[in-house]
Order: sequence, then C-alpha cells, then structure tokens
Amino acid sequence: MLWLCIYLPSLALDGILRRRPTEGPLVLVDGPINARTIVSANETARAAGLHVGQRLSAAQALLSQFEAIPYDRESVERWHQFLAAVAYRYSSEVSLLPHAIVLEVSKSMGLFGPWPRLESMLRADFTDLGFRHRIAAAPTAHAAHVLTMVSDGQAVLSSDTLRNALQRVPIARSRLPANALAALPSMGIRTLGQVLALPRDGLRRRFGAELLASLDRLTGDLASGLELYRPPDTFDLHIELLHEVENQSALVFPVRRMVDDLAAYLAGRDGGVQRFLLRLEHREGRFTDVPVGLLASERDGALLFEFARGRLEHLTLPEPVLALRLIARDLPAFVPAGRDLFDERPANALPIEQVRERLRARLGDGAVYRLGSTQDPRPERAQHEATHDQAPIEPHPRPTWLLPRPIPLRGENPIILAGPERLETGWWDDGQVCRDYYVIETSLGQEAWAFCAPDEQTGWMIHGWFA
Amino acid sequence: MNAVVPLSALLDARQVWRGRTPEVRVGDQPTGWRALDAVLPAGGWPEASLSEILLPVDGVGELRLVLPTLARLTQGQRNVVIVSPPYTPCVAGWRQQGVNMRRVEFVDAGEKDVLWATEQCLRSGSCAAVLAWPHHADDRALRRLQVAAVTGQTLAFVFRDRSHLSNASPAALRLELEAPPRPQIWVRKCRGGAVPAQAIPLPRSVH
Repeated sequence: MLWLCIYLPSLALDGILRRRPTEGPLVLVDGPINARTIVSANETARAAGLHVGQRLSAAQALLSQFEAIPYDRESVERWHQFLAAVAYRYSSEVSLLPHAIVLEVSKSMGLFGPWPRLESMLRADFTDLGFRHRIAAAPTAHAAHVLTMVSDGQAVLSSDTLRNALQRVPIARSRLPANALAALPSMGIRTLGQVLALPRDGLRRRFGAELLASLDRLTGDLASGLELYRPPDTFDLHIELLHEVENQSALVFPVRRMVDDLAAYLAGRDGGVQRFLLRLEHREGRFTDVPVGLLASERDGALLFEFARGRLEHLTLPEPVLALRLIARDLPAFVPAGRDLFDERPANALPIEQVRERLRARLGDGAVYRLGSTQDPRPERAQHEATHDQAPIEPHPRPTWLLPRPIPLRGENPIILAGPERLETGWWDDGQVCRDYYVIETSLGQEAWAFCAPDEQTGWMIHGWFA
Repeated sequence: MNAVVPLSALLDARQVWRGRTPEVRVGDQPTGWRALDAVLPAGGWPEASLSEILLPVDGVGELRLVLPTLARLTQGQRNVVIVSPPYTPCVAGWRQQGVNMRRVEFVDAGEKDVLWATEQCLRSGSCAAVLAWPHHADDRALRRLQVAAVTGQTLAFVFRDRSHLSNASPAALRLELEAPPRPQIWVRKCRGGAVPAQAIPLPRSVH
C-alpha cells in the first residue's frame, strides 16, 4: 500500500481566486457578525500585515483598502468533492481528509509510471486548475497527511522508513486528538517520535483509547477506516458572477473555466459528454438555457469550449446574467476515434467528427447531415437524412439534382431523350401520384428529369436536373 | 548556348509539338474523363488545389464532371463535403454514379457562412474533396480557399457563374462548361501547362 496525500492549504481562497483573479489584498472572513475574523488571506494581504485569526476590525485599522469575502462552507465542500473527482483519474481508492485528498497509488504507478512522474502529473493537474497544494506519500493515508503538514514532495515508500520519517514531526503538526495536542508539549514532548516511544499503557490511561488509535493509524498497525469517495454520476457546477454581465463576451472567461472543470471531471471518470446545458441565471429566478448537443461523446476541454462558445455567440442576452450553471447529465462512455496506422491524411488533420461539430456549433444543429434512400418510390420521399444507406440501386435513370418542388417548363417543346417511366403509387397515404417521367433536353441545353400526366407529353413539370 | 536543357522539361512544358500522340499520363487525382485527363498538365485534377468550374446555368453537367471523382474517393472510404448545394442532391442519381452516400456530408450554410464552412472543411485535412457553391466570392476569398486546400491537402471545387470568367482567379484550374449546341468543357486556365486550344466534349449521362 502506498498512499498519496494532496494537502490543499488554501482551498477556499483558491476557489475564489480562480473565478476572479485579483492582485489586490483579499481576505476571507468568518464568524459572528460582530466578531468577524480572518480565516484566509492572499499574499498581498499578508504582506500588508493581515494574518489568519486577526479580527476584521483590527485588519481594517491596518489596511484601508482590501476585499473581505465571507467564507462559504458549501462552496469549499463543493471544490473538495470536485478535486476528489479529478484525483479519481489516478486511483480507484480516493478518500477525503480535512483540507486534503488521499489516494492509494501503489497500483497506479504501474500505469502512470514511477513516483516522480506520477507526482508531476498530479501537480500539473492541480496547478492547471489553480489550486495550491502540497504532496507527500507514505504507506498509510494518515501518515501521508501528516507528512504534507511538514514538507512538500516527501515520499516514504516503505514501512521501515516510515517510523524514521515520523520521528521528527513536531507535535503541533501531527494531527493527533486535540486534548493530546494541548497537553503533550507541556509535558516536554515535542515530536511524534517521542510520543511513539512512550509506553502505550500510560498513554491510554492518560489520554484514552483515541490517541492510541490515531497513532496506530499513522504507523499502519490499525486500518485507516476511511470512507472511499465515489464520483457523482452527474456534473453540476454553479458559479456566481461578481457583477451583472450584460455582454455575452464577458461570459467567455467563466464559461471557459467551467468547461475545463467539466473536462477534468470527465477525464477522471474516463467518460465523455454528449449533451450539456449552460444555464444563464438572471434576476428573480429567471434563466436562459443554452443546450449544447454533440453528435458523439467528447471530453477534450478546448473542443467542448469551442462548441459552447459557438452556441453562446448566437445568443442575445435578454437581461443581465448573475450566475452560471453547467449541468451535464448525459455522460456516456468515451470511445476515442480509431486511426489507421497507415493514415493517408496529413498529420495535423482534425477528425471529421470534430469538423462536423464545429460546423454545427456555428450553423445550427441541423445544418450538417448525410442523405440515404428510403423504400418509397415517390421522388419526394425517396430520400431522407440518414447515416446508413442499404436500399438497392434504382435501375431507371435518376437525376443528380432534385428540385424541392417541380417547376413548369417554359419555352419550346423539349427533346425527349428517354422515357416514359410511369410512377403510379402512394395510394395508401393520401399522397397519390400518377406521372410519366421522361429525360428531356431543354432549349438551353440542360438535361432535365420532367414528368407530365400519363400519356400526354404536354404540361411538362421539371423535377430534377441531370447535372 | 552553354545551358543544357533536359529534353523531358521541354516536353513537359508542352512547347514542343510531337507527331506521335504521347501516352496519357494518369495523375494521382484522375477526373474519370480520359479526354480531360489527357489535356490537363497534372493528368487529372491539380492536387491539393482549388478548381473553379464556371457554368452558364445550373444543370449543364457540372456534377457529371465531378461525380466520377467523388465515386472514386467515397469508395475509398474518404470523406467528401458538399457545402450549400443549389438544389437537393438526388440520392438515387448519385448512387447510380457509384457514390457511397455514407461518406458524403452535406452542409447547409447561409450566404455569409459558405466560405467559412468551406475553408474549415478544407483546412481540417479530414476531407478528400470539398464542393462549394459560394454566392459572393471575390479574388481574396478564393485565394483563402486555395491556401486552405494546400494546408489540408484537399481537392477544392468551386462552382460559379460564367460571368466571373473575365475576373482573374487564384484557382489552379478553371474549367468552363458550355451547353448548346452540345455539352463541352473549355479549359480556361491550368497551372503548369499551356491551355489547350480545343474544347473537350462532355458525354451525356443518358443515351
């Protein structure tokens, strides 16, 4: 067993910063309305002397201009769940610890490569998403969690070296039960190594069984007992915009972020998305839905964004947008397109499916289609939009262009090149036709497919061109 | 005269008349019409280039000219895209000419989007041929299509009215179709060779 822990020191702040990058001082505040305290501060704010645990009133005395945003437990929980879904890509055993995600990676290394590569892949993922993190690995989940508290990038790969690594961890960072954390330093015990060396009986009498269980979980003598994370089957992301947006071009940046999150989630569950909904929320609960439907399931962030933007560009906002929501319920399996080893196409070619999606995003969902034959002999109904085509080939001459509705032939009498071919059919559905079809040549030299009433050869109606 | 000019270069430039008819060189993209292949310098459509086909009216053989090519490409499981055709293509007629309709994509684009859609398809490199009927295409628009065809290594066909003949065009090949008294093809411009002096008859589709 090897557990990897990703510690997220500023989950709440990063969740807000990735939505609205700002250089100015920014703090998160929490607590009762008359005693607000700072729970998180960005670098600019810290440089100005603001720190965690400070009263908001004290901070205001230090710095005149800074942003204070209320700490939102729900959104922090959402981000935590979301990042667990991202980490799920690397392991099937993922659990949540306070401000951290642990995953079992001993088997994952066979797939993703040895520890340094796996670590850099995870770091790249989290950095791209805009979350600061510290990573450590240890044979037990709790030990990995404790190691992230003292250093970044430490990997303890075997149980033998684990005790050594834990020796030097200061008690304050050891995540032991609160009563032990408070009492141990005053007893002259400063590191975890010293606690582990103490007689167990004495510890149990003094602090109860809970401390011993925590120590055993650290060393692996007791199973970690963590509940495994299961990714949700639908994706639902909601973000509030900071001000009312009246111009759709201002929606591009938040939509890009949301779609990238969707792509990260899809990569985590090795799935694709076929249909998703972008809901633009207005005042008083009104909203505008922008559905994005694809022909086949996709999961590439840049592609999904391109299709979403194509749909957004066509939209005129009826009223200002306050919040955005991205809902994806239809999440089928993702089957990457197979490519031929001896592919004749240029190396940088886009798959035809992506070209079709790009055209549909701009021209409309019905603008790209294929045609196939039906069994109906009437020319008007002999073809339909279809992706397959199995009907036998028509033995009689058929034009290459078909007019949407027949037009009368003007001018001189045409020259008959072939015909007649009588079509007398359709009595079963009120669309009865009885026509003689001929191939004729008009005075302009066009070859036309025309019909007239049976046995008449006058009153020509042109139905197609042999172009 | 110190410069040694290889004989083959002179012959390829077709500035030397030869009494014996040379063998028809079949290019990589034959048109399917032997008489036309024989006069075109590439032995067929110019590869990865724009070919412009000018028509007096619709329905004088413009599809007959390209359908053998489309049939060859689609039967080889290559994709063909038709952008904003002037009429509905008749599936039965196309299949009679051997086109595999499963490989033909139709794109309905508005007047403004025809050139955009055509360029996207050409540039993607996933299509073997793209046929388009642009409403308004000037010299610059056609040049964009020509560049896109080179980028995507795709055959591009643009169908336009004969009135555009007097305007210069960046297309590698310009063909003019003529209907009365009998359907024939004039080569008006072909890159890499002299323009043949005679028209090439285009056989009827129905005899």
